Amino acid sequence: MTHSYSITVTVNGISYKRSVEARMLLSDFLRHELGLTGTHVGCEHGVCGACTILLDGESVRSCLLFAVQADGHSIKTVEGLARDKDDLHPLQQAFWEAHGLQCGYCTPGILMTLVPFLEQNPKPTEDEIRHALSGNLCRCTGYQHIVDAVRLAAEKLRD
Amino acid sequence: MKPAPFEYYVPDSIEQALDLLREHGAAARLLAGGQSLVPTMNFRVIQPEVLIDLNRVGELKYIRDDNATLHIGAMTRERELEFDPIISSRTPLLAEAMPHVAHPQIRNRGTLGGSLANADPAAELPVVMLALGARLKVRNLNAERWVDARDFFVGMFATDLAADEILVEIELPATSSHTGWSFMEVAPRAGDYALMGVAALVTLDEDRRCKQARLVYLNAGDGPLEARAAGTALEGKIPDVESIDEAADLASQKDINPFGNLHASPEFQRHLARVLTRKSLKLAIERAHEDL
Repeated sequence: MTHSYSITVTVNGISYKRSVEARMLLSDFLRHELGLTGTHVGCEHGVCGACTILLDGESVRSCLLFAVQADGHSIKTVEGLARDKDDLHPLQQAFWEAHGLQCGYCTPGILMTLVPFLEQNPKPTEDEIRHALSGNLCRCTGYQHIVDAVRLAAEKLRD
Repeated sequence: MKPAPFEYYVPDSIEQALDLLREHGAAARLLAGGQSLVPTMNFRVIQPEVLIDLNRVGELKYIRDDNATLHIGAMTRERELEFDPIISSRTPLLAEAMPHVAHPQIRNRGTLGGSLANADPAAELPVVMLALGARLKVRNLNAERWVDARDFFVGMFATDLAADEILVEIELPATSSHTGWSFMEVAPRAGDYALMGVAALVTLDEDRRCKQARLVYLNAGDGPLEARAAGTALEGKIPDVESIDEAADLASQKDINPFGNLHASPEFQRHLARVLTRKSLKLAIERAHEDL
């Protein structure tokens, strides 16, 4: 007999109240319960970084948290970055301009990793950028353009 | 990959958590940062019937400096250890090891107590605790006790914790004067499990002789492994190239017992241990000199 737990979570500024099984991963909650499919699911054991989101402003793997743990917390997903499709977040704009994505599967996780990184390191060196990206796998192996995009994003965010 | 069903409890005090632990016994697992537990549940390697989530036990989250002795609550996140000025000034060895612990996203959730209770032989934090001579405070409903870090790790993913006990605090003794430190590891990629790693802590006397040298390794046995022959060999000597080489040979050939893995044979791990020992001893001794 599986029990349901009532949770209230704020995602991209909107408060959601839902009933979930304890075993539901936060990544599945975002995708299946809230329909926010921008958060991607890759390995589901904390290695690939595709499901990275912000929990109370900090980057975390949403596949390594249960939705029930997010009760009362505030989440930001990739859907919360752009104001609309013609007004991208500077980080997204930089990825667009510098060809920082190929298939795009890893992109949402990388963007959510980089938001707090660039807040804390507005002028990162290439070494720091590569370190910051070490927890996100790009299966197209397009890292060079990703690094270029981060550099461009840092410039845009500083302006 | 989805975890098997379980009952979920979220206590807000140590007392409540201990009550739940007594009630559910071996059917229950404690959830700390979840960065190792949840993957094993996702794979269904383990299927606990009950999960007791410690993330809302506020009294397990603190870093206190008491006359240079540090007291750290077991649920203190790794990311806090990485950036806390008390940690970097009082135990720079721990601060130096922190960036090697997985990735920032993992360290944002992972906790000191969780890593120690998980007792992964490849983990950095158990190694650092042994090098620093940490003491761990453990509680059950009736009593608390202190365990030295070197007695806490009893095997691969195995600790001295009983089924009704919770690791609540980590105590780090004040570092003696004239002490230098170093943490180094070799991993295929930043944040990956290291193939070999070492924490070195060297204390010199006024005459620059080695008073104590502690070398502790990860992935060198079934738990954090202290190279005692190497440490003893250095004691009483003024460390030079020759004595450092001797210690590196002893540590890599005699003291450690690496099993090898997919990425490295035991021979290669011993080679890495020798190189890392030389480098880390050299740096630790340099730092100890700066402190003379």
